[in-house]
Formats: sequence, C-alpha cells, structure tokens
Amino acid sequence: MELRKSYFADQRKDGLHEIGQGRPRLDSPGHVMGKTAYFADRNFPGMLHLKMVRSPHHHARIRSIDTSEAEKHPGVVKILTAKDVPHNVYTILILIQIGPEDETVLADGKVRWKGEAVVAVLAETERAAQEAAAKVKVNYEVLPAVFDMEEALKPGAPLVNEYHGQNYYLYDSGECRKVRFGDVEAGFAEADHILEQSYQSSPIEHAPTETTGCVVVPEGNDRFTCYTNTQAMFFTLDNASIILQMPGSKLHFVGGTVGGGFGGKVDVIVEPIAILGAKLTGRPVCFIYSREEEMQISSPRAAEKVVIKDGVMKDGRIVARKVTGYTDAGAYSRHSPYGAQKGAAHYPGPYTIPNVWIDTYCVYTNRTPSSAMRGFGVTIGDFALEVQMDKLARLIGMDPLEFRFINAYRDGDMKAHHQPTEGAALIECMQEASRAANWPVAEKYMAMSSYKKGA
Amino acid sequence: MALALQTFPTVRDANAALKASGTRYLGGGTLVVRATNEGDVSVTSLVRSTDPSLSAIEIAGGKARIGASVTMAAIARHPQLGAIAKAARAVGGPAIRNMATVGGNLFAPAPYGDFAVTLLALDATVSTDDGELPIGDFLAKRDDNHAIVNSVSFALPKAESFRFLKVSRVKPKGVSVLSIAAALEQAGDGAISSARIALGCMADRPMRARAAEKALIGKRLDRDGIAAALASAGEGTSPITDPIASAWYRAEVLPVHLGRLLLT
Amino acid sequence: MAKVPVQFTLNGREKAEFVEGGTTLLHALRDKIGDTSPKGGCHQGTCGACSVIIDGELKLSCLTLAETCNGATITTTSGLAEAGVLHPLQRAFLDAFATQCGFCTPGMIMAAKVLLDHTPNPSRDDVVEALSGNICRCTGYEPIIQAVLTAARANSQNAA
Repeated sequence: MELRKSYFADQRKDGLHEIGQGRPRLDSPGHVMGKTAYFADRNFPGMLHLKMVRSPHHHARIRSIDTSEAEKHPGVVKILTAKDVPHNVYTILILIQIGPEDETVLADGKVRWKGEAVVAVLAETERAAQEAAAKVKVNYEVLPAVFDMEEALKPGAPLVNEYHGQNYYLYDSGECRKVRFGDVEAGFAEADHILEQSYQSSPIEHAPTETTGCVVVPEGNDRFTCYTNTQAMFFTLDNASIILQMPGSKLHFVGGTVGGGFGGKVDVIVEPIAILGAKLTGRPVCFIYSREEEMQISSPRAAEKVVIKDGVMKDGRIVARKVTGYTDAGAYSRHSPYGAQKGAAHYPGPYTIPNVWIDTYCVYTNRTPSSAMRGFGVTIGDFALEVQMDKLARLIGMDPLEFRFINAYRDGDMKAHHQPTEGAALIECMQEASRAANWPVAEKYMAMSSYKKGA
Repeated sequence: MALALQTFPTVRDANAALKASGTRYLGGGTLVVRATNEGDVSVTSLVRSTDPSLSAIEIAGGKARIGASVTMAAIARHPQLGAIAKAARAVGGPAIRNMATVGGNLFAPAPYGDFAVTLLALDATVSTDDGELPIGDFLAKRDDNHAIVNSVSFALPKAESFRFLKVSRVKPKGVSVLSIAAALEQAGDGAISSARIALGCMADRPMRARAAEKALIGKRLDRDGIAAALASAGEGTSPITDPIASAWYRAEVLPVHLGRLLLT
Repeated sequence: MAKVPVQFTLNGREKAEFVEGGTTLLHALRDKIGDTSPKGGCHQGTCGACSVIIDGELKLSCLTLAETCNGATITTTSGLAEAGVLHPLQRAFLDAFATQCGFCTPGMIMAAKVLLDHTPNPSRDDVVEALSGNICRCTGYEPIIQAVLTAARANSQNAA
C-alpha cells in the first residue's frame, strides 16, 4: 500500500531517484568500524576537566560561597562563580525575542531547583575536580518550594523566578496563550452530552547514550573552537556570544555525529561556561555530564496537565471543545513558553469543531527546568485528546474509528487558530488503518475523502 | 589525589592494607569502580588480592565452597552448580556476569544483590580471616565488615528443591523489582518439611521471609496450602523505593510472585 | 602524581603506557592509546557502550582498571576490520541498517562477536541474551538482532 500512489497520485511525482530507493547510510561505515568521531573522541594536551558544584536544595538563598579550600586543592587551576560570567542572566529564546532573560549560568544569590549550577571547578584531572568540588562551601538559607503547577498558580505561592514576577509566563496575550473560535458556551448549551476529563503526565528524560558535553580549545588568536554534541549549533553559538559578550566571529563551533539527542541537546548549558574556562585559563577544557547529571540535570520533557471539556451530539459530531493546558517549565523558561504555545494551536486535534476555547499556561515551579523533546508541547496533548475521543465514542455508543471519521478535518476546513486546512490525509490514513488492522467501518466512511467536492 | 591500587598475593596481606582509611577492596569493580567513577572521593585507595583460593570452586560431599572472586559467569557455567545457575544468570548482562563476583554480591545494596538472596536461602556460611559467620548474621553486619570475604560455602541443593525468581520490567536483563529464592524440602506425601525463603529488594539487603516459611511447614504446594504463607509474606519487610518501583508496589506484588514461584 | 605502567596486546599490537593510578581501561584506551571505539555512556556498567573483549571474555572497560590488564589480550571494534575488509558482523550491521546514532554500535559488535565466537549458530533468544547488557537508546534493537543472525549465517556458509 502506497498512499502516495493510491490517494495522492495527482500531487506526487514518481521517477524520483533517491526517495523510495534503499540507500546505505553515509555514516554507517564509520559507526561499524568505531571510527565515527563524536565530540569526546578528541583529546588535547593539557586539557582541563570542569566539574560543577550544584545546589542540594530545591529553593534557597545563597548567603555565602567559600572557595578558598577548593582553590588550594592540588590540581585545581581555576574556580568560577557568577561574577566571572560576563552576561550571567540569559534566556535561550531571546534570539527570537522571547524574554525576559530569566536564568543564571552560575547561580547568583539564589538557587531555584535542586541541581542548579553554582560553582565551576577546573582541574588537571577529573578526580582532582571532583575532590575540589567537594571542598567548596556554600551557605544556603532554604526557602519554601513549590512543585505542583496548580499550587504554583495560587495566590500566596512561593515566587519561583523573580525575573518573571509571577509563576507563569506572561505572553503578549496575557497569562496564557488563547485560541477562540465560534462560541464555546453556545456549543455546550446545544450538546446532547458533555464530558470533562483531566489528564496529566510526569517529566520524561531523553536518556541519550552519549551524555551532553563539549570540548573547547583556545586557538591562540583569541578565538575558541568548541567541539560539541549540541543539536542546535547556531542557536548555541549565538547564545554563547551573548553570555560571553564575545563576537560570534571569535567562536568556531564544530558539531558532527551526536550519540542520541531526542531534543535533549538543544539547551545551551555546557558550552558557554566551558568556553569561559578555556578563555580564563588559556587551556583546553572539557565539560561532560556524568550519567547521573544527564538523568537529573539535563532538561526533561515538561510535565503537563490537560483538562478537556467536550460537547458532543448523539450523531457523533463534537460541537464544542474547551481545553486548559498547563506546561511545567520548572524553574526557568528554556523552550517551554514555546512548547505551551504550540499546544494552544494543536489542542483541537486533527478534528473540525465549530466552537473551540483554548488556554495554555507555561508555569514555573521549583522542578528541573524542562525543555524540548520529540514533539514537545503536542505529544502529551495527543495522548489526552485521543483517550478523550475514545471516551466520547463510548459515551454515545459509537465505534471509536467511525467517530473519528465524522469529526476528521478535511481540506478547506477552518482550524480553530484560523488557519485553513490543506494537505489533510487523515481520512485516507484511517481508511488504510481500517483495512490494515481489520477494523471495518461503514461503507460511507470508506467512500469519504479529504478533498471536499467542489473545493 | 589519584587513586592507588595495591595488589597482594595473599588475603592476609590484603587484609592488613585494607585497614588504612579510605581503602576499599576491589573485586570485579562493578561496585567500587562505579562509585569512584561517579565521584565518590571518599575512596582514595584500592586493594585486591590474587590469592588463587579466591578463584576456586570446590565441590565435595554434597557441599560447595565458592571463592569470593568467582564470577557469576563461572557459577552459571559450572557443571555441578546447575541447581543455582539460574540465579547467577539473573545478575546483570553478559559483561557484568564476567566481572561481578560472589564476594561483591554480598555487599551490593538493593536493588542489586540477587545472588546473595540465593545464598541466604541456601543458609550459606561466609568465611573471612576473622572466622565464619552464618550469612544472615554477615549481611546484618556487612556495613561494619573490614575483612575480605574468602569464600561462601553451602550444602548443594537438589535441583527440584531450589527455586529462584527475579522479577524485572525489562527482559532478559533488568534491575530487580524483587527477587525470591526458596529452598524447600518435601516429605514423601508432598508436605513441606523444611522451608527457607529469601527476598531481595524487600529491605536494603536480602532478608528471610520467616513467617511465610513457618506457614508452609506441613502444607502442600497447592493454592490452599500456600495461602497462609502468601498472606504473611510481607511480615517484617520494608521494601525499597527506587526508579524501578515504589515500596508500596513491591509490597503489593510480593505475594503474587511468591505464589507463582511456589506453584510452578 | 604517581603513574603506573600498563602493558597489553591491543588488536594484535603491543601497547605500553603510563597512566594515573585508578585509571579505567576505557580512559587508557581512549585518552592514552587513542582507540576511541569504546564509548563512555554511563561509567556505571549499565549501558554496555564501552564493552571490549579481554582474554576472550566480554568486559566493561569503564569498570576495569587499566593496571589490572597487564599482559592481557584486548580486542576492540576498531581492530576487527582486516586490511580494510569489514568483519562479517560489521558488514551485517552496515547492510541491515543496524546503526542509527552509532554510539552503541562498537559495544554491540563486541557483545555479538563473543557470542558468535562461542556459539556460531545462535538462536534469536541467544542473540537477545547476548546483547542484553547493551542499550540502544535509538531503540533500533530489531535490525541489530537481525544483523547478528545474518552474520552468523554468513559465517557458517563460509565455513561449509
């Protein structure tokens, strides 16, 4: 079965030279011979190892930092604190004008999640860096912490991030991203049944086999080469340029094969501080997460809560859908304001519903900052929506696949966020799924098309 | 300060060197090198011994004596240790089994230490230069132990009287939700005459399910016969909570898995 | 700082180096000798990316101290191809699309090689068991299993 031939023959060209052909992967020979160069496969004479002293508390004020004992430890070359970072407060999406800057490279006066970077130790060996890190003394005043999104949004909740001033991201549209389409209350009034359900998920770690890291080499001309496994090369270069107050022309980023990313390597965490270390010591520096850091420190997929209220008719039409989505950004924004926004556009699902109301909130809590992961902002929403679709079908006693045919969006339908549908293939996909899974539906559904007559 | 490794030909010399503070014994490396890799700077020095007795497996008169450096792989492939091979194969993947030792398994914190669960059900004796201890006593005091384990010895069970089950979410190699080892003797009429049941992950180290053992005596291995044992299986347990399972979950599923083990 | 000598045979060649006390074989191979085919994925014995063959047995180089390998014979994935001709396992991995990010591949090939050295005609269960200590986070296990079975068939045909 090839959809492109059966359903879309007039839209697709055959005679392609590469697509549809079996081709060897270009990188495979290197992989099987163990010759592919990952960033950490480079070793440089005199390379220093960077280890981070991290917050043991979820939320605390830093009263004082004493690095004197650590500085005297054999093998220690340099110790960095917030005052060493030229532009310490940053946010990665500032590159696309999503502010304010809300995160510190090294904690300054306060920590907002357990594991936050406080002091960077650079030493001749990994062991010396670990030993010295254990000698850094940080005096904390522990503050009340909040871990639940609804708790965080209540009046009187501990303020997680002063750069925002409230525990949610303030969009230009206000406290949440909003989609308004039709009249949702009129839809509910007209509906035969109403079903309101809430769905929630935990953070998910990508757990790539290769941990996050970079190796930085000073080139002697005030220029630095950064070998990194970032999934976002120029994004990282530009943010490093801001944090280090160094023109991008001084930074040479070298990427290459990444040992698994899944979205977990798009944050800008290891590179700026490693470049700073290389600049201040004049030595090559490597900063590679341990497995424990990869699991506990790197951003996970955000925890989400999705509340869906639907009005449905006995004949199977969904006439109103109201969704409130909450995305747990953790203590800092990273990519989460964008993830929550994606959810707002996505939430009606691939269904045409005449009356839609959506609010999505990006919420700050004292949890590990979340960020990108495979379809972030929409994947958990899809889980919630499709479980909800099954529940609705059961409620009105209809086959769940036929119920989806009735509501499937088709070319020309106006989506809730006011973009017309084009290139929809949901009907055809479900027809094929019906055959492949031996889940028959009524003939009228098998005769449907994503193209509307006369469109 | 770099780690220093000292190698001694005899256990006695290694024991002497082990007295220095910050020193740990290096067996297969799966516990101590893992700790130093993760930044445990309290370990400053490692000691090992190449004493051949540590690598010996001796079987005579229905008794087995296994040197502390014997690996899980060596146990799994030994022709006369077939009855407990399943338990040795339950530890780690192939590479771990080529490294992990019997001695090390006695010190592995839950959820690890599945082979020590077996040794506990076999009522093994642990031998060090300080003397011999029943394994139950040894495990209870293991945090204060400062002598290298030389060997473990136990009466070899018949294949039909020893049962082992490791429950994991990933197969074939996964970390334990829990593990159960049972050494059961049955009279001619099928009634249980003696029972030793050991549990892994139901406390911070392997433990005996004494109430369940008692409840099995005189009973047959059928649904009714084991009911009292299953009902009391959780007595005295305090299961661990870790990323694999919560204490609540482990407590809930223990009787289910014990039942499956006893009825197969 | 105290350095200790290590000397072993790596992929048929004598190697001698001085390393810091407590250096793992993984670090010695990668940072001193320059064989970066074993990968450091976890340094805990969990992922299998650092797997090497020491005196015929599959071992984790991240948990093995280099100085305990004096006199040993060590094989890594970078030593399998002879005169540029891929080992049957490497050829099978290549042909079966059994690599994605490639980070687990050298460890997978080591685990598979030990299996085929001892069990030339493995069952599918044998292969799954042999690879069970190696994590592929891209979750491409099925092509990897198929590649090992294909390599075994190729070997037995060559032997026949």
